[in-house]
Amino acid sequence: MDYDQARYSRDDQYEPLLAEKNATRVEIDEEDSPLPDELTRDAVELPDLSEPELARHYTRLSQMNWGVESGPYPLGSCTMKYNPSFTEDVAADPNAAVHPDRSARSVQGSLELLYDLQDYLARIGGMDAVTLQPPAGAAGEFAGILVAKAYHEANGNDRSEVVIPASAHGTNFASAAMAGYDVVELPSDEDGRVDVDALEAALSEDTAALMLTNPNTVGLFERDIVDIAEMVHDVGGLLYYDGANLNALLGRGRPGDMGFDIMHYNVHKTFATPHGGGGPGAGPVGVVEELAPYLPSPRVRERGGNYELFDPEESIGKVHGYQGNWLVLVKAYAYIARLGDEGLADSSAKAVLNANYLASQLDYEVPYEPFHHEFAATAGDRDAADVAKRMLDYGVHPPTTKWPEFVPEAMLTEPTEVENRDSLDDLAHAFNAAMADSDEELANAPSKTTARRIDQVSAAREPRLSWRALDADGE
Amino acid sequence: MFEVPEDRKYLESHEYATTDGETATVGISDFAQDELGDVVFVELPAEGDEMTRGEEFGVVESIKAVSDLYAPVSGTVVDVNEELFDRPELVNEDPYGEGWMLEVEVSDADEFDELLSPEEYRDQTE
Repeated sequence: MDYDQARYSRDDQYEPLLAEKNATRVEIDEEDSPLPDELTRDAVELPDLSEPELARHYTRLSQMNWGVESGPYPLGSCTMKYNPSFTEDVAADPNAAVHPDRSARSVQGSLELLYDLQDYLARIGGMDAVTLQPPAGAAGEFAGILVAKAYHEANGNDRSEVVIPASAHGTNFASAAMAGYDVVELPSDEDGRVDVDALEAALSEDTAALMLTNPNTVGLFERDIVDIAEMVHDVGGLLYYDGANLNALLGRGRPGDMGFDIMHYNVHKTFATPHGGGGPGAGPVGVVEELAPYLPSPRVRERGGNYELFDPEESIGKVHGYQGNWLVLVKAYAYIARLGDEGLADSSAKAVLNANYLASQLDYEVPYEPFHHEFAATAGDRDAADVAKRMLDYGVHPPTTKWPEFVPEAMLTEPTEVENRDSLDDLAHAFNAAMADSDEELANAPSKTTARRIDQVSAAREPRLSWRALDADGE
Repeated sequence: MFEVPEDRKYLESHEYATTDGETATVGISDFAQDELGDVVFVELPAEGDEMTRGEEFGVVESIKAVSDLYAPVSGTVVDVNEELFDRPELVNEDPYGEGWMLEVEVSDADEFDELLSPEEYRDQTE
């Protein structure tokens, strides 16, 4: 596919800000302000534009941007799924706009939705109880590890370590450390999976939990998971499932059946809710029966045909206001309900098929197989970041680069189930054409995008966090 | 070929400590700076801090990766190269000279015996 990205600029500046286009000075009567003088202004410049000027501004910005609605976006481990717009319609329904302080009696429908979502997630993950509270995947991890900690403490077990494979997402290490645990890092074996001997050596009476992502970061299923679960349970530890790659297993395998005790769900990766971009998101947590009393509060239950909020008896407390990020949960619910059992199983089948078809079309080595929904190709003796930048010139978004670190010049690729064969072929063409291009073409890429090659070094060494340089007075 | 000066010894994780003075100068090797690529940020302990051989004493961040720095020897930090906070590129330009990180008063000189000689370190990086 030929591609040239839109580029609106004037005097070397991209599309000006609204206030730079046309602004009006509005005087403020500060007599009325209860704030101290040094915090108030006498006047403020506000944008003053007609409706078409406003519409054009945002259209231009969107044309100079790239999203999954522009083309394929195969960022491995990030799972950039398309968000079906019907879920937005459902969330925009006036009936979804309920104040969280309303009495349970007056919002039975909303509570029923939350109750059913708890139930759907529990059944999808093979868990016994679910909280919808945590506002993001990483927040779910943290809540899950706090639940593990509360459980161990209640049983008089003073445990100090959480074991995490080196290939895990960085959030795992952060969640365990935030919860006060020492992190024991586990090397991968030659096949890219958990090294069972190293695990044996790492486990002890101090082990509070092992955190695992399955399939793992290079898309490999942990075949020894049943043995791994037994090893962890034998020392009295808990097995934590990072739900980042649950989209590979939907309807085909359940963490609970593999022996996991706690898991979080990344609803944006698994059920196509929008990525948070800082929020709002949702990272529900599921646990086995024994851990249910420690879940964050409130949860939703059904009593005599009515739905109500309740606090689990040994709850770790609140991890978010009210019932979590309600509208994100509505979208996850809508997606699950619309797809149903067959649709969910079909989405995981297509996620795995698409990744494997795409890899089969690439002139790249993929060191770790058999992979599922994502794979780590290697750029070999080329710089993965340069190849990725060159891919932009072929009208696709490149994969995640240089991670995980144990794959040299990694290009971690996850097309997701939403792409059809045509767009997978476009992606394959971009991969292969970029790899065949000269070193010079790679060094100067991208050349067809709005923003050309970014000076990453200066950006990191001398960051300028404003759209224009401020002087010492902030003027 | 990377430079491996003879007047210092090395850790497997690519930190060096000089052996010719009353205090040891600590930094990272030419090989390490090349592997990291453009260094954009260096985090170091303060003067007076203690460090223990093999344990983390700081962080070096490049556009490619964030890496922990490990202490080649135990001792007390007597000087810190604060120039690196403004000019982290010195680590790339002159890792054994202007890109030095710490001066350490070594608490146990025997620890030098456990470090790699220049020859052993050269073998490791080839």
